[in-house]
Amino acid sequence: MSVETEIRFKLNGSEVHLKVPVTMKVLQMLRDKLGMTGTKYACGEGECGACTIKVDGSTINSCLMYAVDCDGREIVTIEGLRSPEGLNPMQQAFVDHGAIQCGFCMPGMIMQADYLVESNTGLTREQAQRGLEGNLCRCTGYTKVLDAVASVVEKKKCHVR
Amino acid sequence: MQNITSYLAPRRMDEALRAMADGNATVLCGGTDLAPQTESGARPYKALLLNIRRLEGIGGIETTAAAVRIGSLTTISEIRRNAALATIAPVLVEAAEHFASDQIRNAASLGGNLCNASPAGDMSPPLLVLGASVELASWRDGAVQTRRMPLEQFFVSPGKTAKLPQELLTAVVFDRPATDFVGRFRKSGPRPALEISTVSLALGARFAAGKLSNVRVAMGSVAPTPLRARHVESALEGKKLDSATIAAAVAATAEDAKPIDDVRASAWYRGHLARVFVEEVLESVRGN
Repeated sequence: MSVETEIRFKLNGSEVHLKVPVTMKVLQMLRDKLGMTGTKYACGEGECGACTIKVDGSTINSCLMYAVDCDGREIVTIEGLRSPEGLNPMQQAFVDHGAIQCGFCMPGMIMQADYLVESNTGLTREQAQRGLEGNLCRCTGYTKVLDAVASVVEKKKCHVR
Repeated sequence: MQNITSYLAPRRMDEALRAMADGNATVLCGGTDLAPQTESGARPYKALLLNIRRLEGIGGIETTAAAVRIGSLTTISEIRRNAALATIAPVLVEAAEHFASDQIRNAASLGGNLCNASPAGDMSPPLLVLGASVELASWRDGAVQTRRMPLEQFFVSPGKTAKLPQELLTAVVFDRPATDFVGRFRKSGPRPALEISTVSLALGARFAAGKLSNVRVAMGSVAPTPLRARHVESALEGKKLDSATIAAAVAATAEDAKPIDDVRASAWYRGHLARVFVEEVLESVRGN
């Protein structure tokens, strides 16, 4: 007997129109209603960052965001980073640097890392470290993650020149 | 699914306040506290789920020569990145810097952090030392009514505020600090990010000719609510900031900090941290 409401939003560039229970979180909507399982469910309380997505360009924990609040907004998930030309530079850098162990935290890590690099072109390693504080990797593979982020920052600098 | 019977996401203030006039609404903004609290069952939903994210006129940071006004929808990230606040009230920006994680800062609102009334709420100590007040709006006698309350009186007990159920926190306001205002913030927890403070402390005072005046000291996680440390303040007010004054302030800390033992730390350790932080912030002001 849960109250539902209709919402419209943009998901990875496409218009979505659906009915959701008003207490449903974005993470459940993505995974269970829309079948988009790239965004991971781990802690469910905003501690681990595995469910990180972008909302109007800023990253948030989708396990804490109410699906009703997607209405009128633009959502990007890990599935939306890839373009027809191939992987996004951050995805490619994670592959190139082997910044992956079990892989479960990676979608969230990549979303947050991509956001950090987009919002700060001169991102330092320390800033990357601080910016990724909300993303936990239980395999403790942070060094290669930071290497991957640094390589994207370097490449962006070269493009500017 | 609890007992929610309706959902609203209004744009106009009067519409929101009318909808919550019977005091039977759960206010949703960033959801970073509401989601875990309701999921765990610690907090039941009320009949109306009221999403205030789209309300007009209660977001944004305004600064004038006399005052600062921060709309309650303002996210912690917006506070952290605000250039004017970095100059006028760096103590608040510093606390925003150490607030949870990027993802939470991007979603969590200032109003929500205060209304959650956690003894460990990170925005509370800096706002207490800035002498902030909250603006509370409600629908009464056919019109929007607003009252102001000093933040110090706002916190009642863990999770409880003096806000009436039909009231909405719309803004936080404080006088622009004097040019000789000094502010400091300290927070401690087992890891730097996403930590519920073991102890937090803020200092705000005017500092001129080696003397402190208009001293405000606030602490978090040492009592059921964030509080002003009156004994520490009076040990400092009007005093020359020397070793004897600092020692007196450190000694007075135990009069104000009445922490408990819990899963995060022992009362003894919290008391110790509070003393260390009092000493650190005072030494830091003296060293400048």
